[in-house]
Amino acid sequence: MTRMAATRDGYGEALLELASNDKVVVLEADLGKSTKSLHFRKAHPNRTVSCGIGEQNMLLVAAGMASNGYIPFASTFAIFTERAFEQMRNGVARPNLPVHLCGSHGGVHTGTDGSSAQSIEDLAIYRTLPNVIVMHPCDDVSTKALTMQLPTSNSPSYMRTARNKTPVLYDGREGDIKIGKGVELTDGNDVAIIACGVLVHESLLAAEELKATGVHATVVDMHTIKPLDKKLVEKLAKKCGAIVTAEDHSIIGGLGGAVAEHVVASTPVPIEQIGVKDRFGESASAEEMLEMMELKSRHIFEAVQRVIQRKA
Amino acid sequence: MAGMTVLEMEEMARKCRIEICKMTHRANAGHPGGSLSEIDILCGLYGHRMRVDPKNPNWADRDRFILSKGHASPGMYALLAEMGFISHDDLKSYRVKGGVCQGHVDMKWCPGVDFSAGSLGMGLSFGMGCAIAAKLDGSNRNAYVMVGDGEIQEGSIWEAAMAAAHHELGNLKLFIDCNRIQNDDFCEAQMRMFDIPAKWKSFGWSVREIDGHDMSAIVDAIDWMDTITDGPSVVIANTIKGKGVSFMENNPAFHGAAPSDDQLAQALKELEVKA
Repeated sequence: MTRMAATRDGYGEALLELASNDKVVVLEADLGKSTKSLHFRKAHPNRTVSCGIGEQNMLLVAAGMASNGYIPFASTFAIFTERAFEQMRNGVARPNLPVHLCGSHGGVHTGTDGSSAQSIEDLAIYRTLPNVIVMHPCDDVSTKALTMQLPTSNSPSYMRTARNKTPVLYDGREGDIKIGKGVELTDGNDVAIIACGVLVHESLLAAEELKATGVHATVVDMHTIKPLDKKLVEKLAKKCGAIVTAEDHSIIGGLGGAVAEHVVASTPVPIEQIGVKDRFGESASAEEMLEMMELKSRHIFEAVQRVIQRKA
Repeated sequence: MAGMTVLEMEEMARKCRIEICKMTHRANAGHPGGSLSEIDILCGLYGHRMRVDPKNPNWADRDRFILSKGHASPGMYALLAEMGFISHDDLKSYRVKGGVCQGHVDMKWCPGVDFSAGSLGMGLSFGMGCAIAAKLDGSNRNAYVMVGDGEIQEGSIWEAAMAAAHHELGNLKLFIDCNRIQNDDFCEAQMRMFDIPAKWKSFGWSVREIDGHDMSAIVDAIDWMDTITDGPSVVIANTIKGKGVSFMENNPAFHGAAPSDDQLAQALKELEVKA
């Protein structure tokens, strides 16, 4: 049976392992229990800075520490990182200080907390900032692997993790995960499904259903939205001639936006986007939210049928 | 570099005032008023205390100075030129393409600048990060921060004020340049702040109030800050916006406006008279 786990647990495990580097420090804004930085705090209270419920201060305390040679990992809910956006822009990205920001509980998948908590724009806004790496991994193993690579990246970063458990894909395959490199999970010539986060699993289900109809899809886990794996996108555009993007995020500016921007400029092919269609969510379970926002495997299946119709 | 006499620091401040007027005039832009109000404190801090090395501006164990009111950059640049971090010729690059003297102080562009400022309300948090890092390093270096009085209307200042006291950061030392004028008008008209010293006391800070243009008082206040080691300290410096140039003093028009040719001539006439 497939193991289930939440990406935020992978983040927490990575922090604990990274603690062997005594320059690694953790900053919290009263949500360490939720983002899973609490494991680090328990083991290394002297290297954990409580910032109370104050995200703007947290981002800049992290920047100040980074300017003194530390490697800060700051986390809160994805939605609350957004109130510190200008701090991230002017205090972190602009001077290019290696502060690593993690926003947990991202997307409509976060569920019953309702629309105020369902960040569907985080990937888009952080993607506009020069110097910043933007990631949204799909399981705990890849989340851990990506987090472990951040101290040597020397760049600021934003990573979205999810609240709820999803199927684990990469047990024993940590080595496949590299910042900035998409992972081809299936091989097919008819369509490329480029997904991130929670929707990677939905895309794999869609690919299975498509196979039964004779349509063969290459499913890609594009865990790094920026820098985008442009080589892979171009290769897939040429090989498949049609692309579907899938993300638990607004269709404006996220993974779909990033892929579309690059494809129109390099290797134009038809694209269909699966994402939240410029609206807010509401309180419902994670599964109900995916259904309501048309983010399930059958929606991806239908998008593939549409995009194949549009092939030249 | 520290260890200058009061007279030497007063003279350095006078020279800096001349440069502030020349830089903003040359650029036909910038913020002379807040530069003139802060400059005595900057000269006192660098002349009397800061452990920095102009020949090695990135020395890891230096004291940090965070100019949070980063628009008052002409004052900072004039000081850095006096201290030898940059040349006096570099001052001509203020607001000029490719110049080390960017419109707002920027650590990526100018040697001796420890913080990339611009948006108000950010420097105290950054300084707090520097102070925590110093403690983790087991170093006795300090993080000094300067904010404006208008700037403390930003909510994030109070996030930082609360957090710095919670973490008992005795190596975090703040100056508030209380020149009573902000961009559009007098602070009193824009946003009344009531009892500023009481606010900081209630947030858990050690507080002292001084005349921000009295160099002896500035030196005493810096020495007093050294004695506060169990938590953050703040010196509330009452200053005059545009101090030293008669027609700029207490004049909101010179928050963000450069002197004309005639005004520069008048300013230099006033400033070139040594005390």
